[in-house]
Amino acid sequence: MAIDIQPEKVKGPGGREPGASRPARPWWLRPAIHTAVAGAVIGYVVGHWLGNFLGSNYQQLPLSDSSDLPIVLGYLLAVVGWIAGLGVFNDPLRQMTGRPVPVEEEDASAAAGLARYFRYSLDHKVVGIQYLVGMIIYFCTAGLFAMAIRAELLSPAYHIFSSSTYVELVGEHGTMMMMLMSSLVVGPFGNYLVPIMIGSKRVAFPRIEALSFWLTPAAFLILFSSLMLGGFPFGWTGYAPLSIQATQGADSYAVAFGLMGISIILAGFNIIVTVICYRAPGMRWSRLPMFVWSMLATSVLMVLAAPVLVGGMYMIITDRTVQTAFFADQLGGSSYLYQNLFWFFGHPEVYILALPGFGIVSEIIPVFCRKPLFGYKTAAAGMIGVTVLSFFVWQHHLFDSGLNPDMRPLFMLTTELISIPTGLIYLVAMGTFWKAKIRFTVPMLFALGMYFNFLIGGISGVFLSDVPADTTEHGSFFVMAHFHYTIMGGLIFAFMAGVYYWLPKMMGIKLNQTIGKIHFWTMFIFFNSTFLPLFAVGLAGQPRRVFEYASNLQTINDWVSISAFCLGGSILIFVINFVWSTVIAREREEGNPWQSRGLEWQVASPPPPGNFARIPVVLSGPYEYGTPGAPPVADLNPPAGVVAAAFTGAPTAAAEA
Amino acid sequence: MSAAADAAPPPAAPAAPAGPNHGLRIFLLWLPLAVIADLVIWIVWGPHLPPGTMSSSAANQQFDIKVMAVLAAPVMIFVLTYFGYALIVWRQRDGDTEDGPALHGNSRVQASWITITSVIVLFLAVFGTVELKIANGAGAGEGPSPIWKPGGAPLQVQVIGQQWKFTYRYPQFGGFETTQLVLPEGQWVAFHVTSLDVIHSFWAYQLGVKADANPGVDNVAYTKPEHTGGFVVRCSELCGLWHGAMFDYGRVVSMSAFRTWAASTRVQLAAVTRILPPYATTYDPTVVPQINKAMAKAGIGGANGYYYPPQDPVQP
Repeated sequence: MAIDIQPEKVKGPGGREPGASRPARPWWLRPAIHTAVAGAVIGYVVGHWLGNFLGSNYQQLPLSDSSDLPIVLGYLLAVVGWIAGLGVFNDPLRQMTGRPVPVEEEDASAAAGLARYFRYSLDHKVVGIQYLVGMIIYFCTAGLFAMAIRAELLSPAYHIFSSSTYVELVGEHGTMMMMLMSSLVVGPFGNYLVPIMIGSKRVAFPRIEALSFWLTPAAFLILFSSLMLGGFPFGWTGYAPLSIQATQGADSYAVAFGLMGISIILAGFNIIVTVICYRAPGMRWSRLPMFVWSMLATSVLMVLAAPVLVGGMYMIITDRTVQTAFFADQLGGSSYLYQNLFWFFGHPEVYILALPGFGIVSEIIPVFCRKPLFGYKTAAAGMIGVTVLSFFVWQHHLFDSGLNPDMRPLFMLTTELISIPTGLIYLVAMGTFWKAKIRFTVPMLFALGMYFNFLIGGISGVFLSDVPADTTEHGSFFVMAHFHYTIMGGLIFAFMAGVYYWLPKMMGIKLNQTIGKIHFWTMFIFFNSTFLPLFAVGLAGQPRRVFEYASNLQTINDWVSISAFCLGGSILIFVINFVWSTVIAREREEGNPWQSRGLEWQVASPPPPGNFARIPVVLSGPYEYGTPGAPPVADLNPPAGVVAAAFTGAPTAAAEA
Repeated sequence: MSAAADAAPPPAAPAAPAGPNHGLRIFLLWLPLAVIADLVIWIVWGPHLPPGTMSSSAANQQFDIKVMAVLAAPVMIFVLTYFGYALIVWRQRDGDTEDGPALHGNSRVQASWITITSVIVLFLAVFGTVELKIANGAGAGEGPSPIWKPGGAPLQVQVIGQQWKFTYRYPQFGGFETTQLVLPEGQWVAFHVTSLDVIHSFWAYQLGVKADANPGVDNVAYTKPEHTGGFVVRCSELCGLWHGAMFDYGRVVSMSAFRTWAASTRVQLAAVTRILPPYATTYDPTVVPQINKAMAKAGIGGANGYYYPPQDPVQP
């Protein structure tokens, strides 16, 4: 387990001394986003030509001059060109050819200015900001598709969009939200804060971490480009005979989703190893902040679930391009195979979206209750329980499909069992609120909103787990309301709590609290006003993803649509606040505005390069509020030799201090 | 059922050392609210809960939803009462900068919480399984060889999904295929749901029947219509461009009216039935163009010689 980074330091590029600056190249030759775009364009052209060359005898699609092969190969080589243009391969190639590798981390953190955010940066704090801005852009784009869907549903007959445009919008909204938002918290907060919270100067695999970010814009753009190819008519689930039958837009779906799968595998892998191997001395498992626990649980889900998705997408691609028959019933395949593969990934995926929310709110409430977290071990056990159980429930998505009917009681049981560890998260919250001194700050408001929304989402999930009740609710707006309550009401509210709570740490800038309160109340009211009626709409018999519905449901659908537009307006308030506070007003926030005991709040805001001057020694847990005589959370300047002694000769990265 | 939930003591009530007994206060706030909510759900709201009582499976689903609502309401009200109480009573007053008490946990509270949630969850799992069994699969698709089925000889109705239309075959009446779904009252019906192209889902809302239509799979679902009247059929699995327009209406009629309808439709469609592929549990979709050609030759069918008029544009 020896992670020895010492030799990296002595190798200077071209035999330079460590610390000496690299010979300057003109800016347009330095790898950055413009070389990445150039690489992507070249890659696409080469791939498209190669596909036509190889597959000229394959079935030509109607209304097009080519088969699926050139498009898929074009996308894949464009991705290779994109990451090559970013310089991802430079260091590994140098290493393979025995040339010295520059100490990129130090260069990157030293380079000031905006330019570093458009580069393949190995600084986890830069990657965190890149993720944060990227995720907000993806979220707003996908949210606009939702506005378009609700505009169509203002009328029971189709009136604004054609049916083909409507299914494209449904597919783009669902896929963009589900695949890109899986990194909504792990990306910005996980990458930025986990190393600081565990007292580490760096993450375990900075190159893998940076690559995981730079795959997300590629996946986003490929998914977006599907609209140019006619979109895809099968929602985010991509059920097989339909996804094999669909036009080239489906290639974008499969490539983008598979690519995002690879991105979350990489991101999760890095977080797991960082948390296990890079904790500071004294950062025992029993002192790990709850947010780090949730990031660890989420990362385990990512690493174990996403490979199944990548496999499923690969099978879709080969079925569509080179005429394999994984999912074609007439040729020995099975459409059930895809449903199984997809939901074996898909159910852990919804916990990939839920667990970070639990982590953020559990991290925030002790600070604003001014009390220790109630039942620390119970909270950690709840997250681990959700992680384990989430792999054993996937067939509840297939209760009506005719697959394994005699297994339905088992999956009913496992699905209902998962409400026990989820309930523990509520027990922890309620215990923490007991006789607390509650401070109603903006992050606390969002955390409270999350508990309220997730309660409704979770309880409605119990209705769905019961097979007879599910027969009416499955595939209807009831399900749709349920998972919007858990994901938007849970994850997005928790994400907003995290933004208001940690942005002063990440950027050293305070978000405007008055606009923040307006943002919270509008978002909370219009969120519930949008999605609560949808439970009734679903129970009244309106299936998901339809553009025509019973005319007696028009009033309630119009109410929902107008609320949804107001909800969009509330997100706009957030965007305005974010841009105003970080770009124009730039009100400095340097200290510890929340009087938090978290280790991340003991260093400067934003943290200096390398996070800590010396590896800290953690002395107590992060939630010891109100404990008389509790030691400070960490000794940030331990005497020399303490850290090395803690490891008793075992050489680790921490030993370098 | 409601008694079990009502009798559950509030799990988070650690003994207060001094001052008001917050646990008792929260309990007294919660108890009347929970009882009132459960009575309203059971007596006032329950009989109107979807999907109604038109068939045996619909009534069974309504009962399940009612029981779960009665269980869920006290839990939800407890959490909301607790948070509401906490936010009002335990907010930090102006000028107070003290921290709260250092309470790290309470093993009695944690143990009782886990016990109570486990009991509720295990009860729900057993309840759901029993309900599934006694309702003969509760109207959900049970695959080609159902393990729970009604006795006797149910009426066989085959539901064939294709983009973007359902058609229905009646094998006990010579295997005629029609676009109308007519069912007799008081008779068990076995729906054999299959598809010719992609995955659809046959959802007869008022009958409480939902079964996915998979190509090459015979997915069986049972129900017994109890009242005459109309019901809505919708596709509830996204199946392509015109998924949103894939719905039609069925009706439940008296047994004698059904016999009359079946006999006359059988005669009326005899010429079509002759050239259809023989009744089977599943069909190879590659035969569909041949059927269309044969029908065009025989002079049957709608526009362009297609049996199902292509009022919808063909998916590119």
